[in-house]
Amino acid sequence: MLRRLFPHPLLSVTLVLIWFALVNKVTLGHLLLGGFLAIVVPIVTAPYWPGRPRVGRPLKLFGYVLIVLWDIVLANIDVAKIILFRKNEDIRSHWVVVPLELTSPEAITLLAGTITMTPGTISTMLSADAGCILVHTLHTDDPDAVRDTIKSRYEARLKEVFA
Amino acid sequence: MDLIVEIIVSLCLVGGGVFGLVGSVGLVKLRGCIQRLHAPTKAATLGVGGVLIASSIHFTYLTGTLSFHQVLIALFILLTAPITANFIAKVYIQANHDRETLPDTTGAHGWAIYDKPPVQ
Repeated sequence: MLRRLFPHPLLSVTLVLIWFALVNKVTLGHLLLGGFLAIVVPIVTAPYWPGRPRVGRPLKLFGYVLIVLWDIVLANIDVAKIILFRKNEDIRSHWVVVPLELTSPEAITLLAGTITMTPGTISTMLSADAGCILVHTLHTDDPDAVRDTIKSRYEARLKEVFA
Repeated sequence: MDLIVEIIVSLCLVGGGVFGLVGSVGLVKLRGCIQRLHAPTKAATLGVGGVLIASSIHFTYLTGTLSFHQVLIALFILLTAPITANFIAKVYIQANHDRETLPDTTGAHGWAIYDKPPVQ
């Protein structure tokens, strides 16, 4: 019964939280209204999104978001330093190819977004079979280390989340 | 108490402003489209973030109730900024690169803008 009412619990929880943020207050009335949306929206949109990935461990996703937020702050400081204190001739940009082990489109999208928001890297393109991702780094002396960081810090965690 | 809150809010605003400025300086200073792309996607995020935190603290203190719809703005920026950057990067590659100037893929298939996806 509960499964049929909430086919995608995480989507439902997200919808309620977004509803609270939209009205900017937490009251019982808005919990009911948000709860109504949380039941109706996943059911109505289900046909448009077949094969939704199962988020195996929602708590890990929460931890992942915290790590990424922290990295975004560090990334901002890093990039600001490069922009302000480095001569243009000293900035060594590289293309880095990161082979992917993730397979679900949603997980790859999340990883690509993370790469763009974090230290000095931008994801630009996938290979035709989505087997690897082309990343541009603003400044690095060691492209291999960048690749390994992306794989160990972000991809490994995403693999656990979508396991 | 007023003073402390005002100092914190000012610090957030000034910090956010500085990062916004650095992002804009980067746009002018760096060379080439793809390097310039790095400045607004990162430095600007913290710029907007600082302003949003300041706004949240200010209105929470002013009205006495928690104001958190700023979270929503941050969320949508985090969702949309990478997509925009990705599109710009792809157009840049299409206009300025070809198979030879990009590194090879690790798999059997080439990059998505040159090769068709394998039939499933």
